[in-house]
Amino acid sequence: MSLVTETRTATMAQALNSALRDTMREDPTVHLLGEDVGQLGGVFRITDGLAAEFGADRCLDTPLAEAGILGTAIGMAMYGLRPVVEMQFDAFAYPAMEQLVSHVAKMRNRTAGRLALPITVRVPYGGGIGGVEHHSDSSEAYYASTPGLHVVTPATVGDAYGLLRASIASDDPVVFLEPKRLYWSKDELDTAAAVAPVGRAVLRRTGRSAVLITYGPSLPVCLEAAEAARAEGWDLAVLDLRSLVPFDDATVCEVVRSVGRAVVVHESTGFGGVGAEIAARVTERCFHHLAAPVLRVTGFDIPYPPPMLEHHHLPGVDRILDAVAKLQWEA
Amino acid sequence: MTVLDHRPTAPVPGWLPGATAPRTDPAPLLPDPAPVRVLGTPELAGYRPALLRELYRRLVVGRRYNQQATTLTKQGRLAVYPSSTGQEACEVAAAMVLGEDDWLFPSYRDTLAVVGRGVDPLEALTLLRGSAHTGYDPKATRTAPLCTPLATQAPHAVGLAHAARLRGEPAVALAMLGDGGTSEGDFHEALNFAAVLKAPVVFLVQNNGYAISVPLTKQSAAPSLAHKAVGYGMPGRLVDGNDAVAVHTVLAEAVERARSGGGPTLVEALTYRLEAHTNADDATRYRQGEEVTAWQQHDPILLMERELRAAGLLDDAAVAAATAEGEQLAARMRTEFHAEPTLDPASLFAHVYAEPTSQLREQAEQLAAELAAEAEQ
Ligand SMILES: Cc1ncc(C[n+]2csc(CCOP(=O)(O)OP(=O)(O)O)c2C)c(N)n1
Ligand SMILES: [Mg+2]
Repeated sequence: MSLVTETRTATMAQALNSALRDTMREDPTVHLLGEDVGQLGGVFRITDGLAAEFGADRCLDTPLAEAGILGTAIGMAMYGLRPVVEMQFDAFAYPAMEQLVSHVAKMRNRTAGRLALPITVRVPYGGGIGGVEHHSDSSEAYYASTPGLHVVTPATVGDAYGLLRASIASDDPVVFLEPKRLYWSKDELDTAAAVAPVGRAVLRRTGRSAVLITYGPSLPVCLEAAEAARAEGWDLAVLDLRSLVPFDDATVCEVVRSVGRAVVVHESTGFGGVGAEIAARVTERCFHHLAAPVLRVTGFDIPYPPPMLEHHHLPGVDRILDAVAKLQWEA
Repeated sequence: MTVLDHRPTAPVPGWLPGATAPRTDPAPLLPDPAPVRVLGTPELAGYRPALLRELYRRLVVGRRYNQQATTLTKQGRLAVYPSSTGQEACEVAAAMVLGEDDWLFPSYRDTLAVVGRGVDPLEALTLLRGSAHTGYDPKATRTAPLCTPLATQAPHAVGLAHAARLRGEPAVALAMLGDGGTSEGDFHEALNFAAVLKAPVVFLVQNNGYAISVPLTKQSAAPSLAHKAVGYGMPGRLVDGNDAVAVHTVLAEAVERARSGGGPTLVEALTYRLEAHTNADDATRYRQGEEVTAWQQHDPILLMERELRAAGLLDDAAVAAATAEGEQLAARMRTEFHAEPTLDPASLFAHVYAEPTSQLREQAEQLAAELAAEAEQ
């Protein structure tokens, strides 16, 4: 329950900020750590005002070292605190990979459940913001393929609030992926109603022809594509996964079985990506309900391009509709 | 006095012999009790006027380069610019102390040093323009790509220097970092490797007071960043980073030491970032205007011009010539950056591997078909 319940128009950045503030007011064990999260409020202002309200000890500007940040958070969690770590950008989380993979992900398992690490690692991710090299990576596949980590990513203002609160409350470690290009998206935020459980997909648009399965930064593009598809005579559903781990097989399969055609859309590279896992799971579970193979629309299998070329790389409406057109309609 | 002075010169009784005994190297690893300065001291008289004038000229042109690049961000011609305004003495000196066969390992803030190596500004700035990752040929220019993941270039510099030594070639590597970067593990691993391998490498840390918003006091509890050298067994030099002559001197000594087999040096240059972290940053959120004003009094160009004029080494004509050269460069940058860059979508797939995989060939064909269809519409 939130102390401050109100309905207002908020950006996703503001919703995340509110989630942190409300959680910190309720739970004194929640501590934020990261680069520039204090006085500056983070480079995306997600922690704006939190150091002023809660003090430097609860919203700590750390030295500039991601492995150090996450390793320190592990020790804090071992002593009963609930750290929320901010990685400044997707690619700058890589120095913390060893702490994440070797310790955060495995601690519960290594200690036969005696030691849990309720750490939330917030990572701004993805492109589409004109960022130069190393500022636009989609790193979800690395995290999703590491057992022991929950991987959560909101695509709406309400979910940003609800999912972040649920992630911090989780006793499992969560990699919380924030789609940078949606930070400035706006919507009504009702903090009392914005409850989003980790592990549940949600249907954003109903449709009878096929379903676009997506998450995070690609949701708005999919909704746009679904709108444009009406002109072509297709009635597309859009499913927002919200959690990549745990994966909501039940909801995904229910929708796929009802429409019989599916396209997975994400901006991350395709090869070995999350979309491959989704396509495989859907095929394994829903084969006899499918009228066509599950297709993927993803970023190309290339390092993220320079900003002036990124629009060629990112899945857009046309590329999604091209895939929909290939779903064996004539058969 | 150095921090090592209190160390015993003979093993302390009771210590185990051999490897576990304390090292007793009496080498003065921290030789600078205060930041090295040349400007405003009698030392200046011992310098070649040609070197001093060249430093001045490069500072003036470098400042104009920085200003023009920042202006280009406002006009949307550069995606982002982390300016080295106020830090030109370090940028200029770093480029000047290296010979043709030496290598520079710059960070994102060091395009001015890259230009100082002879790289064309248009090529040095493709990353920040957003048109290509690295616009210059690292091998031809002996300049590594601008490095954004902090301190990760430091071990590269060590490895390259080590390789040069293995091959019996006299090349030296110079890695440029910021104060914040010294907190990263890679920085420490690089220093340790460099010292253990006696690699001919120089680490230049521009301590400009901030890592974005985080002041040095939150970054490090060490008496100075130069002190970090001691734990790894290499000299740590401290220099006034806005005194171009001092920076040049200290760096040149470190390069010479590396080249002659003396091993690595860590140089901490005390300087100040006069502009925000980048054009996207709002520095008023974390620092006071008075602090900036105070550092403006210690501007590297101001110091240089005042001292050289006082020494009779610089006249109005030389100042005007340097200013005019800066204006020429700025004009060229305006013209070149206002022209649309040539972008080839096929280049996305060109250099992922030595040979594109069959998947990449397919994807390249897909994009080409999409673009052809678009063009038809
Ligand atoms: C590994 C890594 N973490 C975080 C960042 C984001 N970042 C870019 S510049 C910067 C501050 C660097 O400060 P400093 O090393 O002092 O260099 P300066 O920018 O002052 O030149 C940060 C945190 C990064 N580029 N790489
Ligand atoms: Mg700095």
